Amino acid sequence: MTSLAAARPKRGRARTPRPIHVQFRTIVSPHQLNSRWGRRIYWLVLAAVVVTFSLAFVLPLYWMVTGAMKTPEEVAQMPPTLVPAQPTLTPFFEAWELFDIGTLLANTVYYALGAWIFCMCVDVAAAYALSKLRPAFGNVILGAMLATLMIPPMVILIPLYVTIVDLGLLNNPWGLWFPAAANGFNIFLLKRFFDSIPRELIEAAQIDGAGPLRVLWSVVLPVSRPILGVVSIFTIVTAFKDFVLPLLVMTDSEKMTISVGLSQTAGAVTQNQVMGGLVIAAVPMIIVFFVFQRHIMAGLTAGSIKG
Amino acid sequence: MGVLRRNLTAYGFLCAALFCFTVFAWYPMVREFVLSFQKTDLINPPEWVGLANFRGAVQDPAFWEAWLNTVEFTFLALLCGYAVPFVVALVLNELRHARAYLRFVVYLPVMLPPIVAVLLFRWFYDPGPGLFNQLLDLAGLPPLAWLDSSSTALISLVLVSTWMNMGSATLIYLAALQNIPSELYEAAELDGAGIFRRIRHVTIPQTRLILLLMLMLQIVATMQVFIEPYMLTGGGPENSTVTVAYLMYQFAFSQMNYGQAGALGMMLMLVLLVFAALQLRWTREDPA
Repeated sequence: MTSLAAARPKRGRARTPRPIHVQFRTIVSPHQLNSRWGRRIYWLVLAAVVVTFSLAFVLPLYWMVTGAMKTPEEVAQMPPTLVPAQPTLTPFFEAWELFDIGTLLANTVYYALGAWIFCMCVDVAAAYALSKLRPAFGNVILGAMLATLMIPPMVILIPLYVTIVDLGLLNNPWGLWFPAAANGFNIFLLKRFFDSIPRELIEAAQIDGAGPLRVLWSVVLPVSRPILGVVSIFTIVTAFKDFVLPLLVMTDSEKMTISVGLSQTAGAVTQNQVMGGLVIAAVPMIIVFFVFQRHIMAGLTAGSIKG
Repeated sequence: MGVLRRNLTAYGFLCAALFCFTVFAWYPMVREFVLSFQKTDLINPPEWVGLANFRGAVQDPAFWEAWLNTVEFTFLALLCGYAVPFVVALVLNELRHARAYLRFVVYLPVMLPPIVAVLLFRWFYDPGPGLFNQLLDLAGLPPLAWLDSSSTALISLVLVSTWMNMGSATLIYLAALQNIPSELYEAAELDGAGIFRRIRHVTIPQTRLILLLMLMLQIVATMQVFIEPYMLTGGGPENSTVTVAYLMYQFAFSQMNYGQAGALGMMLMLVLLVFAALQLRWTREDPA
């Protein structure tokens, strides 16, 4: 009992308040932070930031989920209710039926996983060739691939669409997978990682008689797990979130992605059903974020800081 | 392994990527150029029309407005989406509690499909039972028309865009801030620098490179804004939210005038390439 009471900081009265633990030095010095006023300001700022962030980023999602659990009348009610009067799951089922979410979700997952597998095969092979086999004009090719990063996707959308139409790839998943694999950023990340693999490791395998494919499979890939994870997650997430290209390429209602399907039908159903659909579309990504949070955050900074 | 064989194997590994890049990245750039001088509806054979597409694009009643809106959108989005994440990252870096929660929460909207954020905010902007007007009402303020008025529509789009995109910028800044050696702050403190001078003379110079890089990336990203006007306003009211990317989409898919869309795309590409070139120069100049 006594230890519990001691662990709880007493406001104001305590003689020796628990100091704020400082692991690393930042702008405010630990000394300043743990001064009388420093501590007060710190807790004030912390509370303000936590409340603001919760209001700004959690409240909208809370509103979305609870909106999907209200009746159409309650959703339109003014002033709105903070908690659904009679929480119900029927809007989710209605949304599932009306939007045909089963098909949309299956399509989206299929496109995203297909894009991932195809992207990995193509980009890993290319990065391996550019990094370890070093063909003639390798640097020219790499430069041309990286140059595509300078061209924003929206700008070449129309000619890309025209090309896809010309090749007869409308309503064909390859119309999404081929463009997805032409990703200079993936190649850049993979090649940079492969470059850091020591030569000796590869030469040892070659002396044992391993050909290039064997070296890639048994030496390069196993040591590249971190970067493969990062590239995989980003490829899947990007494919799942993509809107504009699927909007143009997958126009059959049987073949639409969930984003496009929701955008097409949202005007024709009630607000609580729209929210139900949005929740279902958001859940897979939120789960991915929960599970792969560390990889995603690591990848975010790995890519952005130039190496 | 002979040189020839090594090259053959290498190009064997490269061929799939070369195909994808050639057909779906490099060729479309060339195609855009060709397209902008042709009249085509993808049904009849294309015919050469010289500069007619460029003339047609410039003479479109929404052309100048679209550029103006795009610049305004980019400027406002930078104000919110560039400065705010840096300040937020500065504050987050000082906090010693709830770090994981705050990082998680700020990045959560980035993970959502954009359509989710956009449709969610469309409901919030509803002038009647929408959340925002209800909150204003709660605070005793008069309601706003949000998307329905030409004076607030664009800023409403900026708000959604910032909400769903600021997480990644914040986390990137946060990582950059954590890389600043603590000795620099200690030295600055010994020299008598207060908090704001420490930010001015240590934090900002130390993160200069990433700040510049993000500025350019964000300009390029926000100049191609499409989904927000497409889903929320359809360019209205009174063309107040027509952006260049949206106008391009309109040329192509409402007017079936792919050549004119290509011409507008060429103009946007030129503008963005200028920014990209500036970025290269500025980051090159840096001794770091």
